[in-house]
Amino acid sequence: MTEKSKDKDIIDDLEKNEYKYGFSSNIESEVFPPGINEDVIRKISAIKEEPEFLLEWRLKAYRHWQTMEHPYWAHITLEKPDFQSISYYAQPSNKPKYDSLDEVDPEIISTFEKLGIPLEEQKLLAGVAVDAVMDSVSVHTQFRDQLEEKGVLFCSFSEAARDYPELIQKYLGSVVPYTDNYYAALNSAVFSDGSFVYIPKGVRCPMELSTYFRINAINTGQFERTLIIAEDDSYVSYLEGCTAPMRDENQLHAAVVELVAMNGAEIKYSTVQNWYPGNKEGKGGIYNFVTKRGLCKGHHSKISWTQVETGSALTWKYPSTILKGDFSTSEFYSVAVTNNYQQADTGTKMIHIGKNTKSTIISKGISLGKSNNSYRGLVRMAKTAENARNFSQCDSLLIGSQCGAHTFPYIDVHNKTATVEHEATTSKIADDQIFYCNQRGISTENAVSLIVNGFAKEVLSKLPMEFAIEAHKLIAISMEGSVG
Amino acid sequence: MLEILNLHASVEGNEILKGINLSVKAGEIHAIMGPNGSGKSTLSNVLAGHNAFEVTKGSVLFEGKNLFDLSPEERAWEGIFLAFQYPVEIPGVSMTNFIKTAVEAKYKYQEKDAPSPAEFLKMMKEKQAMVGLAKSLAGRSVNEGFSGGEKKKNDIFQMAMLEPKLAILDETDSGLDIDALRIVAEGVNTLKKPDNAYIVITHYQRLLEYIVPDVVHILHDGKIVKTGDKSLAFELEKKGYDWVK
Ligand SMILES: Nc1ncnc2c1ncn2[C@@H]1O[C@H](COP(=O)(O)OP(=O)(O)OP(=O)(O)O)[C@@H](O)[C@H]1O
Ligand SMILES: [Mg+2]
Repeated sequence: MTEKSKDKDIIDDLEKNEYKYGFSSNIESEVFPPGINEDVIRKISAIKEEPEFLLEWRLKAYRHWQTMEHPYWAHITLEKPDFQSISYYAQPSNKPKYDSLDEVDPEIISTFEKLGIPLEEQKLLAGVAVDAVMDSVSVHTQFRDQLEEKGVLFCSFSEAARDYPELIQKYLGSVVPYTDNYYAALNSAVFSDGSFVYIPKGVRCPMELSTYFRINAINTGQFERTLIIAEDDSYVSYLEGCTAPMRDENQLHAAVVELVAMNGAEIKYSTVQNWYPGNKEGKGGIYNFVTKRGLCKGHHSKISWTQVETGSALTWKYPSTILKGDFSTSEFYSVAVTNNYQQADTGTKMIHIGKNTKSTIISKGISLGKSNNSYRGLVRMAKTAENARNFSQCDSLLIGSQCGAHTFPYIDVHNKTATVEHEATTSKIADDQIFYCNQRGISTENAVSLIVNGFAKEVLSKLPMEFAIEAHKLIAISMEGSVG
Repeated sequence: MLEILNLHASVEGNEILKGINLSVKAGEIHAIMGPNGSGKSTLSNVLAGHNAFEVTKGSVLFEGKNLFDLSPEERAWEGIFLAFQYPVEIPGVSMTNFIKTAVEAKYKYQEKDAPSPAEFLKMMKEKQAMVGLAKSLAGRSVNEGFSGGEKKKNDIFQMAMLEPKLAILDETDSGLDIDALRIVAEGVNTLKKPDNAYIVITHYQRLLEYIVPDVVHILHDGKIVKTGDKSLAFELEKKGYDWVK
């Protein structure tokens, strides 16, 4: 590198921290009473004017769900939610409960300020954070026309079901069948909205596609569904961001994401998850049960998952890839921060089926307070996975002495030519490191966030720039008040 | 600038500082010498606000302010800098990011606008050259994998960036090679202004040939047992510590 370009890098690096990122959303209103039954599902489908096959599919999923047992996890404490007390379809109504911004919890406002979300967004929150049952799903489809010129389809899932039913019928449930697990079945029955992306053959999607989810309502669940299809030799980078206001009750979020990559296609999927984690005493927060799975269907296809998880009271999430096509590759980069009473059980599954497939797993877990952070990963090399390779690295950083970090790597190899490597480290922030920073005028909070961001750098650098900055801020916020 | 009166401090119940009196005025360089374990680093740490040490008696005024009312970072912002005897490694935190955070925090405290990225970069380059810190180190994590001498230089580089009023150099010379010692000392002399002061802790008279002290103190068993001019360092070198015990 030349001296000049190095300087430029440093300047870029310095300027990065100054970027501000905002969102906006605009929402229709519709409210259902709590409870789940076939009528509720029919009503959801009717409101969305869905094709018949989709209603049938939902009903099959619902009937299957009723036969399933609620899951149990060794490192997570959870009572089974009361599914009849949740509302399954809720969008913000126009009857504001908050008359003005003054009535909104100042902690929410300050959180948004810190996130750099502009005032209009806060006003919007005051305007929409409304009734006892309310929820929001917003799809940011600003450049839809420009994208359509290239043949890229990007719209809400509901619109896709109406406008492109053949694609939905062909791919929905093809990667995550409704029989997959308890929450995937529930989602399949009641999903309300989400995003749909289709990239035609040979097209490089000209911009980052992003969806921003927020839960606003009390006693609602959010069940979104995302489907991304990348045809031969296409490329797309997709971003998903989430926040939720603070509530004393736990709220349920059970999403399903399906990705399909054909020959030579690449899908880059990034998430910054900041659902409300509950307060310092462990009250409230989102239960985040997400099934994300990608299928490297074609040869030389590639799927990469990057996730920054700072929110939710309870997270259960394993973005996974099925490496079916020969020479397909997948990467999983994850930072999970848990604080106070948060519990996270997250990781990935890499299922190698094709020859010469390759996967990389980099997981960074950061635990503070009384939280528990588990990495759970599965690497499976099927009989057919000649010369398949995996490399996994799981690092844990502990802050304080009351938190826990656990690593559960499962390895299942059925082909002698396949190689699997696993490395793991655990470290702590030393008092002397903090004091060194303090002595230079860096407060303990900033010192911890510097160290934590440094620890997570390898993963954060994989995020698109705007998200990387947001992620840095989120990590700083989630550290707040917990050290010193 | 600094007034230490009858300072007692202990760690885990053991009294280490047993009544220190020391007065440092702007523009002065004070050297502190003394045998291993006499309490030199303890004194530095107490002044910087390390919470492992408990102040049991006495007072310290810095620029008229009660030092013990200030947190470690406030002391830093007020202009106290400690170059550590053993600088710690902070893996993953880039030198640039670290020093930028530190400089910005100080500017913010002083209610001044932080330098622009271009100005900051220029400043970094100047100060690196001043203390002879290899350019390649600036691209690495703070002290991670640095050699002993590189860590010491890095602390002096940070001092140059932060321009403190009172800098305490705790055995900065140990670990530096002959050339580095000269370069670092020249850097210190360049940074020396009528309105700032240094406390230089060392075991060797050699450093004091480069950084010439106005006053030399000998610390022994938690007390200053002798104070004199720079000739005291020579005398000590010849006679050893038995002479002051
Ligand atoms: N954290 C600690 N816990 C227990 N004892 C300590 C601690 N820090 C310092 N001490 C003790 O305090 C005494 C003074 O230590 P200090 O580091 O101040 O000495 P020093 O004069 O700097 O010595 P040197 O010349 O070797 O650097 C020593 O006996 C040391 O063992
Ligand atoms: Mg010492």
